Amino acid sequence: MKFLFEPLTLLTFFPLLGVIVLLFMNSEAKTAIRWVAMVTSLLTFGISLWVLSQFNASNPDLQLVAKYSWINVAGWNIYYYLAVDGLSILLVLLTAFLTPISLLSTWTAVEERVKDFMIFFLLLEVGMMGVFLAQDLFMFYVFWEFTLVPMYFLIGLWGGPRRIYAAVKFFLYTMAGSILMLVAILWLGIYGNTFSVPDLIAKGSIPAGIQWWLFLAFTAAFAIKVPMWPLHSWLPDAHVEAPTAGSVILAGVLLKMGTYGFLRFNIPLFPEATVKAAPWIALFATIGIIYGAAVSYAQKDVKKLVAYSSVSHLGFVMLGMFALNVQGVSGAILQMINHGLSTGALFLLIGMVYEQTHTREIKVYGGLWKVMPIFGTIMLIASLSSMGLPGLNGFVGEFTILLGAFGSKAIGNPWYAGISAIGVIMAAVYILYMFQKMFLGPAGEITQHHQLKDLNWREILTVTPLLILMFWIGLYPAPFFNLIAPAVEKLISALPL
Amino acid sequence: MTQLDFYTILPLTVLTVWACVLLLADLFIPKDRKGITAFLSALGLAVTLGLTITQVGHENTGFNNMVVVDGFAAFINILLLASGLLGIALAYGYIKRMGLERGEYYILMLFSIVGMMLMAQASDLIIVFLALELLSIPLYVLAAFARPNLQSEEAGVKYFLLGAFSTGFVVYGIALIYGATGTTSLSGIFFAASNGTSSLLLTIGAALLLVGFGFKVAAVPFHMWTPDVYQGSPTAVTAFMSSGAKIAGFAALLRVFATAFPSIAVDITPILWVLAALTMIVGNISAISQTNIKRMLAYSSIAHAGYILMAFVPYGNKEVLPISIAAGLFYLVSYAVTNFGAWSVVIALEKAEGKGLEISDFAGLARKYPALAIAMTVFMLSFIGFPPTLGLVGKFYLFRAVIAGGYTGLAIIGGMTSLVSAYYYLRVVVNMYMHEGDPTIESEEWLNFTIATTAIVTVALSFVPQWLFVMASTAVLRLF
Repeated sequence: MKFLFEPLTLLTFFPLLGVIVLLFMNSEAKTAIRWVAMVTSLLTFGISLWVLSQFNASNPDLQLVAKYSWINVAGWNIYYYLAVDGLSILLVLLTAFLTPISLLSTWTAVEERVKDFMIFFLLLEVGMMGVFLAQDLFMFYVFWEFTLVPMYFLIGLWGGPRRIYAAVKFFLYTMAGSILMLVAILWLGIYGNTFSVPDLIAKGSIPAGIQWWLFLAFTAAFAIKVPMWPLHSWLPDAHVEAPTAGSVILAGVLLKMGTYGFLRFNIPLFPEATVKAAPWIALFATIGIIYGAAVSYAQKDVKKLVAYSSVSHLGFVMLGMFALNVQGVSGAILQMINHGLSTGALFLLIGMVYEQTHTREIKVYGGLWKVMPIFGTIMLIASLSSMGLPGLNGFVGEFTILLGAFGSKAIGNPWYAGISAIGVIMAAVYILYMFQKMFLGPAGEITQHHQLKDLNWREILTVTPLLILMFWIGLYPAPFFNLIAPAVEKLISALPL
Repeated sequence: MTQLDFYTILPLTVLTVWACVLLLADLFIPKDRKGITAFLSALGLAVTLGLTITQVGHENTGFNNMVVVDGFAAFINILLLASGLLGIALAYGYIKRMGLERGEYYILMLFSIVGMMLMAQASDLIIVFLALELLSIPLYVLAAFARPNLQSEEAGVKYFLLGAFSTGFVVYGIALIYGATGTTSLSGIFFAASNGTSSLLLTIGAALLLVGFGFKVAAVPFHMWTPDVYQGSPTAVTAFMSSGAKIAGFAALLRVFATAFPSIAVDITPILWVLAALTMIVGNISAISQTNIKRMLAYSSIAHAGYILMAFVPYGNKEVLPISIAAGLFYLVSYAVTNFGAWSVVIALEKAEGKGLEISDFAGLARKYPALAIAMTVFMLSFIGFPPTLGLVGKFYLFRAVIAGGYTGLAIIGGMTSLVSAYYYLRVVVNMYMHEGDPTIESEEWLNFTIATTAIVTVALSFVPQWLFVMASTAVLRLF
């Protein structure tokens, strides 16, 4: 029972306490339910900060290790194995940080089945934490698949008109990739006689031929989740139909599970295959960057525009990661956080105006800034952050990534970085286009006929933490880089480059 | 008959005698108090369960090596008796409500369970045949139990005809095997076969046995009867039949092939491979288009037969065999628990005259009866193989055994068909949670008990599956 008292166990499973409390609450007591969920997620965030204070940034290895034998019969060697290192610490913090923010955004947006909503949301948090902390493949797989269930319900129950289609598509699409990963996980478990990832890495290199297949199987799961072009088609549906809080978590955290998977499993477990695949991944990433940006520009629905911009932004993350040098990978990790912040903020803001107008069509807006000045200002900051304006977080990430990709030996061709740089410009185009159509110019249909109210204090409170972080990372990213650098150096130095 | 002989069949004897006594006693139980018969039957099962548990860890053979007691038999028998208890619990209210309450229902179940248990203990093909008949004939009657309901009668007749047909295959197979080896004892066949007696005859015999059992466990292409019989039979019978008959059929297959036929594995393995792949593919794909929940679950049970069949494929590989058979046993447990749960929910929604059995009748269940909807969701997730349920651990175990045996392709087929299955299992969830409707349910204590137990077991065991692993792997330890 000692595993129950590990800090990371507490961090992962704390939201379950909230779920248990919620189960015994009267579903009519909506405010009380909201508060219980809110307090739970805030306490979880507090625990994550405490974990951060225990975290030694100069140590590149796994820390706060909780490793206990779980299923240990017939050569299974499955461990209850949680640990955190520089690759995951920021994502853990991001998860704990975005959950209360998302919950705050639902305060008035979710009125139906509030209790169920909060339960699913907290369960989702457990799943996400587990994904980022698990160091045993079996455990990882359990958490990875488990996140699908609450997200499926969040989309399917509180989503838009085509929510059922979107939820089922999300579920099946993601599961398709996971199945192949499952087969690869089992193969690894038999090969290494253990499912513990550090032990598997320590066992040394897997024969090249089979390594390639395993790499592909893991890639199937993660590439769908990221999503990489051309496996992205579930994303716009899921994003558009999901309720605001769901979109925020989906974009902010769930997509990062894919990129994190590459980082945690593909690169260290299959180093030769990784190096071999780098130019290909770079190619697909570049196509994704350009394609995502181009498709974004063509969207009439603002939520869809942001959804496609995710395809483009995550292309950058993939490009940086498979540059396989310290700059590229650190930039990619930071960009995961940046994307969570800026896209999260955009989804939140769109959700706030949608709550009043119930439409997301760009053309019916116009001249919003005049009516809602606070909203306009905040939206401008989030947009600029998303398109990578210097001084804000997006710039730091994208700049480091491009720097890494230019000098990458693994990609071996500066053209990918060169073309991707165009993606930055295209981002400016579609973001500013959206901003101009919605906020500037003559007042549109909706702006004229609706009594639009500017953001209230709760809504401002919801986005303020995100804005602070955008400026912080944009102006002084060193503390963030310091957290990830040692682990990234260790990761890169193990590659056969 | 020595004392030892008697000891090997002690639980069977007790149950048989008890069933016979009940058959007489039932005459004196007034019509409106048949609950007493149910209680007494359950009591018999419980006592037998206790006796079987005392046999765990013992190894004996009796009647000139025709019947054995070993870990494998004990494991299967415990599972069967537990299924019997669940079967009674979920039938208790159902047959009363459907106007089918007759004492022989429970007694027939007992006889069938005796046959199933004998199947698990058989180490001679003659006993296998005897057990097959003993388990099947009561099931034919049970399938037609709702007479004069046409569908139920049709189910009974269909099941009977195809069952008789498949028994023919089994007998013919046994005859050929006897012709090839001069014995019907499993260990005798093993020795004769490894000494190189005419293997073509033996192979054909084994293949015919496979066909016969293929019918019993509903493997493709011998599955045609399943949807009709499962749909037509009273739902409580279907629940029992789809778990019990499958467990027994697989128990026999596992023992016969693992102990008697390892020498012809080269010929049989490709057949098993194709059979497993076909069963998974056809079962899952056919289930997609079903609108009736009973038919859907029938196809799903076909699909799961395919998954369990995967455990047989590496049976010629001595190193992997124990793991894969243990995986098969584990999967049987996870399937049986989930299956009972899912059927119980169906029973809760079923109305007279076969109403309430469309998948669309589940619409709105989550709002009105959240606990029931959660339970059904758990069962559906477990069927898909999703955390946090036993189904995931079962599939993990099974796929691992198959990959360890070197059949990665089959594991991928298994995975991909699970993906297909997610589509139709999710449709039930979609209906319960995301469509509006006004379902009514029949709430009965014992049915609720069954649903709650199976749901809790499905979830809880997925966190602590170790002991079941240990049980399954020690069960097969001495099989070879």
